[in-house]
Amino acid sequence: MSQQTDEPAAAQASSPVATGAPRPGPLAAVRRRLPRSTFGRHALVVLLALVAVVLVLELTSPFRNSQFATMSYYAIAAAGLTVLTGLNGQISLGHGALMAVGAYTTGLLLGDDGTGLPLLLVMVIAAAVTALVGAVVGAAAARLHGPYLAGATLALAVAVPGLAIYFDHTLGGEQGLPVASPDVPDWFADAVYFLSANETPTAKYLAYLGWGTLLVVLLLLANLMAGRIGRVWRAVRDDEVAAELAGIRLGRVRVLAFVVSAVCAGLAGSVLGVVVRLAAPSGFTIVLSLGLLTAVVVGGLGSLEGALLGSALLVFLPPAVTNLGIGAGLDGTQAAQLAPFVYGVVLVLVMLLAPSGAVGVVKKLWNRSRTNRRGPSTRRTG
Amino acid sequence: MSVSTSPTGPTASPDVSAVFAVSGVGVRFGGLVALDDVSLAVGPGQVHGVIGPNGAGKTTLFNVCCGFVRPDTGTVLRHGRPVRDLRPHRLSGMGIARTLQGVGLFRGLTVVENVMVGADRHRRAGFAATLFALARSDRDERALRERAMAALTELGADGYADRLPGSLPYPVQKRVALARALAGEPDLLLLDEPASGLGSDEMTELGELIRTLTDRMSVVLVEHHMDLVMAVCDRITVLDFGKVVADGTPDEVRDDPAVIDAYLGEEATHS
Repeated sequence: MSQQTDEPAAAQASSPVATGAPRPGPLAAVRRRLPRSTFGRHALVVLLALVAVVLVLELTSPFRNSQFATMSYYAIAAAGLTVLTGLNGQISLGHGALMAVGAYTTGLLLGDDGTGLPLLLVMVIAAAVTALVGAVVGAAAARLHGPYLAGATLALAVAVPGLAIYFDHTLGGEQGLPVASPDVPDWFADAVYFLSANETPTAKYLAYLGWGTLLVVLLLLANLMAGRIGRVWRAVRDDEVAAELAGIRLGRVRVLAFVVSAVCAGLAGSVLGVVVRLAAPSGFTIVLSLGLLTAVVVGGLGSLEGALLGSALLVFLPPAVTNLGIGAGLDGTQAAQLAPFVYGVVLVLVMLLAPSGAVGVVKKLWNRSRTNRRGPSTRRTG
Repeated sequence: MSVSTSPTGPTASPDVSAVFAVSGVGVRFGGLVALDDVSLAVGPGQVHGVIGPNGAGKTTLFNVCCGFVRPDTGTVLRHGRPVRDLRPHRLSGMGIARTLQGVGLFRGLTVVENVMVGADRHRRAGFAATLFALARSDRDERALRERAMAALTELGADGYADRLPGSLPYPVQKRVALARALAGEPDLLLLDEPASGLGSDEMTELGELIRTLTDRMSVVLVEHHMDLVMAVCDRITVLDFGKVVADGTPDEVRDDPAVIDAYLGEEATHS
């Protein structure tokens, strides 16, 4: 398992740049190694990412824009899941269902003609409702381990779409609940035009909305992971008894992790709703939950970068493989079936060759090159 | 053999000053009597050893002290007052720290992070401060890290701060685990077989260290190594088949025929 939050701190610590004026004293060395401010560091990364997002979305086609919008909601949910599974050691096969809660809440509040509440408020409410569901599920989950937890969350994944069919008057049944597509705000279109001289069609606006949400989610999750909460989550994952003796309340910590993860899933569902313009049971099957889990594992459990990478694979790999298949002379149906196959092969290979995921491999290579540069003896001090 | 805990009468005065005591504790697992009317009292700044042959109930007694096992009879007393509803997660708030048999380190956390978890009861910043990475949270983290580094330095393990526990030799891991317990600044330290897996030099070092702790805290020690126990303890309680067979200073206990029967007779040939 990898804790990517350690990476920036470690990288910073190894650089000889002195931050601020170190006060003399026995702990000055420790103080000097600390980064100046967690928020500053994370905000800087997010700002750079925002620039990259604007560049990419302005330079790519509307089709790619919509693919990026899809990736954004996968990534939001995957980021939340990687925190739950990678950091706190709780597996969830029910995140698709939590996304459904977010999507249906959004659909109901937004109204199908767009006369409902403003979108941002709706997203906040959707997150809050999902948090509530997450707290209930988390309270049950906190008492379960391993396969039992997987089973319980699997039941959630199966049951929630069923609810939508049962309450078909309010939730639209099998056909689903139409979700109003939000209008592009004038100020937003103006701002984009000012920056890039491009118009802002709805698809692009939705991609911005998804990525904006994603970056906020990543910023907050990175804060949690770098700080006390992340440490306590990992401690509970690694040794319950020792954590309890340190004064940590296992149940509370687990429920908190589940709620944080559920909020992410709720936001992801909300974005999914407005992007797809529909909240339907068929969109939240167990396949979605499993897809998220595989994305998180392939990218590297417990790593936000890994969650991003995994979601990118989830969105961009199938069409690429299908195109390859057609290029290789398969007919349409066969080529379409090639994608899940390749995805499965990738998953198996990752499990066999790099159980720590893509990010784990990169980290290992980075550490190795750093050790070689400094000489192996320096790592044995103390 | 003198069981020194009777809550009434003039002899009770040392118990009131005891920082920690168990009184009349009995535990049954099904038909098996694990502990039967066990009492012990730990004075301030004392090192109190609990010894006994395998299966005598030492670890069960520790688990009662920590709230992992609920006694069927008897009470746990802190500063002379009974502790109701003792739970493991409340210990650190009560100023009690415990080390585990083996090491029980968090293997995915660096050494300093491990010790920071031990210092967690000194945290001040809450969830929101961490979520938004407020300056308050950074300050809090820095303070916890300083505490952790101080504890590591005291145990001579500060050079390993950024390593993962799995990459360290076993004796160093034990020191880190002890540092984690000390980082909470307890006034009572429960050590569960701290010398297991240590060489004789390391054991001597450990003994010296335990004695230096007594100006800050009381120590309860469950241990197999008689040399260590005899060298560091002010008082020793001997358990056999879940009962207290002796309680007194090392010299008293050493010469007690019941102890020799129960324990030293068979162990003395080894050491």
